[in-house]
Amino acid sequence: MRGFIIKEFYHIFRDVRTMIILFGMPVIQILLFGFALTNEIRNARIAVLDHSKDDVTTEIISRITSSGYFILDEYLESEEQIEDLFRKGKIKEVIIFEENFAEKLVKDKTAGIQIIGDASDPNTANLLANYTNAIIKDYQAGMLLNQASIPMVITPEPKMLFNPELKGVFMFVPGIITILLMLVCAMMTSISIAKEKELGTMEILLVSPLKPLQIILGKVTPYILLSLINALTILALGYFVFGMPMRGNIVLLLLETILFIIMALSMGILISTIAKTQQVALMVSLAGLMLPTILLSGFIFPVENMPWALRTLSNIMPSKWFIIIIKNIMLKGIDITYIWKETLILVFMTLFFITLSVKNFKIRLA
Amino acid sequence: MRTLQFILQKEFIQLFRNKVMVRIIFIIPFVQMLILAYTATFEIKTVRLHVADLDRTKTSRDLAGHFSGSPFYKIVAYSHSEKLSQDDILKNRAHQVLTIPEGFEKDLLTSGNAKVQIVTNAIDGAAAALMNAYTLSIIQDFNINLLVESTGIQAEEPIKTTRSFWFNPELNYINYMVPGILVLLVTIIGMFMSGMNLVKEKETGTIEQINVTPIRKYQFIIGKLLPYWIVGLVELAFGLVLAKLIFDIPIVGNVWLIFLVAAAYLLVTLAMALFVSTKTNTQQQAMFLSWFFLVVFILMSGLFTPVDSMPRWAKVINTINPVAYFIEVIRMIMLKGSGFTDILRNLVILTVYGIFALWVAVWQYRKTT
Repeated sequence: MRGFIIKEFYHIFRDVRTMIILFGMPVIQILLFGFALTNEIRNARIAVLDHSKDDVTTEIISRITSSGYFILDEYLESEEQIEDLFRKGKIKEVIIFEENFAEKLVKDKTAGIQIIGDASDPNTANLLANYTNAIIKDYQAGMLLNQASIPMVITPEPKMLFNPELKGVFMFVPGIITILLMLVCAMMTSISIAKEKELGTMEILLVSPLKPLQIILGKVTPYILLSLINALTILALGYFVFGMPMRGNIVLLLLETILFIIMALSMGILISTIAKTQQVALMVSLAGLMLPTILLSGFIFPVENMPWALRTLSNIMPSKWFIIIIKNIMLKGIDITYIWKETLILVFMTLFFITLSVKNFKIRLA
Repeated sequence: MRTLQFILQKEFIQLFRNKVMVRIIFIIPFVQMLILAYTATFEIKTVRLHVADLDRTKTSRDLAGHFSGSPFYKIVAYSHSEKLSQDDILKNRAHQVLTIPEGFEKDLLTSGNAKVQIVTNAIDGAAAALMNAYTLSIIQDFNINLLVESTGIQAEEPIKTTRSFWFNPELNYINYMVPGILVLLVTIIGMFMSGMNLVKEKETGTIEQINVTPIRKYQFIIGKLLPYWIVGLVELAFGLVLAKLIFDIPIVGNVWLIFLVAAAYLLVTLAMALFVSTKTNTQQQAMFLSWFFLVVFILMSGLFTPVDSMPRWAKVINTINPVAYFIEVIRMIMLKGSGFTDILRNLVILTVYGIFALWVAVWQYRKTT
């Protein structure tokens, strides 16, 4: 058994190219994605069609452009231009002010603004329209307050918990950590076992006195170490580079991380007991794992907004539970009493994968 | 020419003989398309609000009632304790807590100014900003009601904003997602299947046998790449039909234009696959390397998150990201009906890129090991 594990270590560490890929990839990816992925909208290009060009419209436009959400691409002359600009994909939104805007506002007490969004990207279109609307509302509220002296007013005091600066990284970094760990662990193991099968060296292992469980353990032990190093690097990068706080107990976080790694590895083993060749193992862990892990885990898109069926499906995504755990420990700083349910689910999943793969592990070759 | 024909024949037989692989190629992606198309929304439908009413007066109840009247809010708990509300945020049962302090009504009536506290779970910063804005506008609205009640002044909102959303008036995000998933399917075929296939010959040693035959380098490479180029286009066609039948995705523009761009795009991905396979010796290495590029390309491409919000250097990286060009174009054609001249820039870039990448990859490829 010991000899077998040592053999596996040699096997992995000897292949320098793979080592570079395994350790280098997650680092580059977390750096890239941590900075680039965000669901905030910044610097969206817009155009303005100002039929009025008076003090009020100029003021509103300058408030919109100075908000940081928008960049004014150009002033339009007529409505015919809009469609063409949208088609070319140059701008995301057009704001139209009606004629004699300021005058109407004073005389008729009402004036109109039209917001046209390019909804071929519905998320962005909706968000931009909301931002624009909020800025206009804000301007209007200021206007009203100046007119009348208000006898009674409720002042709200907003407080942003856990993330007062509303940084995008707080939302995305836990997800990136989870996904990298999950994919690298599951893919590594599934491919390494499939490789033995494909190259025929599996037969040699099978005729040895090692029991199936021992073979599996031997295969996995080096990867646990590898993944742990990876996990530590990634967590450290999250902490030092992206300024993720560490409000909870670091030992608890590490224990949970180890649990998650073992879960991902056992999932990889399960895939490899099913797949006969490396290609199949890869396609299953790639096509079957990558997109669902990215999309159903709440990494980018909040799970609670999805249709009922998908919310149910998301419960079998281990990554969903680990993302909750990381966020709870690092950002909320709460202890095990709040996350025992998530932890138990991960433990249960691990046991499930291990049992199934030991059962599935065929001693005889087909 | 006959040699090429035989190589192609061999490759096709090898590809379709592997029943598991064929199933994976055609089934997994479409199951994913069906499921995943529904996931991609940032939209907040309901804000779960916990009202901690420490004041217990008519005004405080009115204020809470104002929230429950809004379709955006669901009051998950109405308590009289700050402790309970904190707990609800920690346990993710509530997004927001509205705390109405003791003496709220009294302050309002005597000094004309009363405070309420809104605590938002801001881990998702963008969502928190939006929820906060909703809440502020509801309180503002309540203020205007108070004003009307107490003074009788008509305080109507003078600026009327109307919104219209072009190309997708109902803001159906499936229309946005499906074209992106189609790109993903084509990419997985183009980048993985082909590269893997080449390295496999290397790893199992069968490449030596081909190397000693009079097959020319270009014949071998065409034989390796052409089948996947065809499979990629067929899969795209299959995907478009499904998208139309199942999701009734509008295809406003010219379908052939999509295939034209896809043809150029596949050149780039195939060239990259070829390049990766010349630089690696085992399938494992090739897989990890292609996986790395694939994940980077996909997540940076604007498939899920807007490219405009990325920092400048990320946009610079995107100039060499073929996925970004293709996703932009396929959405433009399918949803907005952009024509040939609108997409010409991306098409030219992809074509030149494809030819250049192919040239580099072929140049790097060695028949001897």
